Amino acid sequence: METVYLQHETDMEGWRDAARRLILSGVAPHDVYWCVRPAEESIENATQNCIVQRDIFSMASAESVPDSAGQAPPPMEGQRLMVSRQFVELARAVILHSSAERFGLLYRVLWRCQLERGLMRLTGDADVARLHAMAKAVGRDKHKMKAFVRFRETVLDGHPRYLAWFEPEHHIMAEIAPFFIGRFTTMDWTIMSPRMGMRWDGKSLHFLPGGKPEALQEEDASEALWLSYYRHIFNPARLKLKAMQKEMPKKYWHNLPEAELIEELIAEAGARTQAMLDRHPEVPKRKIVGYKRKPDDGIIE
Amino acid sequence: MQLKQKLEILADAAKYDASCASSGTEQRNSRDGKGIGSTTGMGICHSYAPDGRCISLLKILLTNFCLYDCVYCVNRVTSNVPRARFSIDEVVQLTLSFYRRNYIEGLFLSSGIIQSPDYTMEQVVEVARVLREEHDFRGYIHLKTIPDASPELLARAGRYADRLSINIELPTAASLSTLAPEKDGVAIRVSMARLRERIDASKDKTLTGKRPPRFSPGGQSTQMIVGADATDDRTILSTSADLYGQYRLRRVYYSAFSPIPDASPVLPLQSPPLVREHRLYQADWLMRFYGFESHEIITGEQGMLALDMDPKTAWALQNRAMFPVDINRAPKATLLRVPGLGVRNVQRILSARRVRAVRLDDLVRMRAPVNRMLPFIQLPDHHPGATLDAASLPAQLKETPTMPQQLGLFL
Repeated sequence: METVYLQHETDMEGWRDAARRLILSGVAPHDVYWCVRPAEESIENATQNCIVQRDIFSMASAESVPDSAGQAPPPMEGQRLMVSRQFVELARAVILHSSAERFGLLYRVLWRCQLERGLMRLTGDADVARLHAMAKAVGRDKHKMKAFVRFRETVLDGHPRYLAWFEPEHHIMAEIAPFFIGRFTTMDWTIMSPRMGMRWDGKSLHFLPGGKPEALQEEDASEALWLSYYRHIFNPARLKLKAMQKEMPKKYWHNLPEAELIEELIAEAGARTQAMLDRHPEVPKRKIVGYKRKPDDGIIE
Repeated sequence: MQLKQKLEILADAAKYDASCASSGTEQRNSRDGKGIGSTTGMGICHSYAPDGRCISLLKILLTNFCLYDCVYCVNRVTSNVPRARFSIDEVVQLTLSFYRRNYIEGLFLSSGIIQSPDYTMEQVVEVARVLREEHDFRGYIHLKTIPDASPELLARAGRYADRLSINIELPTAASLSTLAPEKDGVAIRVSMARLRERIDASKDKTLTGKRPPRFSPGGQSTQMIVGADATDDRTILSTSADLYGQYRLRRVYYSAFSPIPDASPVLPLQSPPLVREHRLYQADWLMRFYGFESHEIITGEQGMLALDMDPKTAWALQNRAMFPVDINRAPKATLLRVPGLGVRNVQRILSARRVRAVRLDDLVRMRAPVNRMLPFIQLPDHHPGATLDAASLPAQLKETPTMPQQLGLFL
């Protein structure tokens, strides 16, 4: 039985080095424990984490045992590892997933790739489908973070700073940083989350320990304008709540200032629409000047 | 007037434009700039309103004063809605302060026609110029273009904007002249053709290898109002096909005619035909990504799309002789015509079947809507047999209506 300690939650390099070594020496997927070395805990605790992780992993594999996962180790000594580009691309995303099974699942698929040609093309294979689903969840989390982070401005020593609180589901903070840097290069911004934070001071990025949302200051004047905008861009005559919730699930609402308006807007929508339908047309209250166009684009009033 | 009040009036005035897309443009960021902003080409929806529409851009009118009297429009000259006008600087500052807080991808600016088309267009372009040149704003800008404005102004608009759009408004020339008497259908198409020329030219390299001037890298789009006149779906789709073909539009938006405050007596209000709008979008997708011709898609007698099922299923039911499709042998174009099978799953099938035969389990794990597909497909472990030709099949495939929604279930 082999135990691999990874340095941190998204330690791709550590995973890759270990996976290469293990495959070349023929260690089968069910003989490996994968776990993340906790920053300040003892190794004993770490081992407990590993056991928990293995249980989840073996439950997943009990569901459907892939053909080659239990086979004898492939004769790999001195040979090169078979790694397809599709696998590498998927692995980069999957490693950011919060599920503890990810390291073991990636190793099992890499193991199977050595024996089953074209495995990565089979999106209908249970393991490959699971990798795709995990990568998709990570991609969605990244996309929603780009969309739903909300900064508040605060002026410290005459210098505006922008602070946000966001709760990503997966380990995407470091991965998403270049997006916010490229977009808000000239701003001094900080995004905090329960697990970690990051601050860009206009020149360099600093990672911070996790925080609490209470540290965020009260809304600023622009946020009030944003709420006005949200209220008025909504068309009460076309409620489509499922469409809204599909793209903006409720779990994000508590960090979105505009979400506090949703309930009220929905409640009023029916009466507002009915009032428009019931209203009798009015004659214009202003003097209307007829508009005529000239053939050459000009106008005469 | 307070800024807040202006924002309320001018957002109210802008909400009937369906587009809020921030996609399709070049990729850029602010790493070497003095300002802020980036675009990834993908577009980001920063919020959603309870009408299900994405809020990606600050979508406002510069002013809702307007000389025109388009009867479907909330801003027509004869309407008694409150009026307001932003200054150029107000729009610029609002855009920047929203952008800095990550509320938006950029600005979608439109305007009522004041003084003259040229004057109005000049004001709209000036907002974009100030954002780009004075604030080095690199976020997304979509400008609504006024068809009667001079070609020089359109050229300037394209230099600053990521996308330009001109609304075709109504599917036929006859409807346009009845409902929007000041608008000129010919001028709209002439302007679209001019935009297309410039957009195409900006993508070609010259003989010397120099890059031509930037022009609306996100292309152009348009909007058609559905349900304000009696035009049928067949005519709407053939107008769309014509617009995509002739002017290479990136998108045609369909906007179900919706009740507006202070409506015109000429155009009685009704609930917006939302299901019809949805079916038109599905049909539009079939034309653009699934190889369908506009005339194939309409299967109903009255030239209308079926409301109780998606247009691909309706088409398949009328062409049952083409089915069942063998998932492991059919060419790509045929797979694309299988109800329930989307572009991505077609690609996955093509890739997987080169390794081994695709089976029912594979489709389930690809998360394809298998129940809808089964009557139309053949797999090593499945054949539809008599279900394909059963007289009861259409009834089985009908979607249960989801509207009106029950609020109680939601909250």
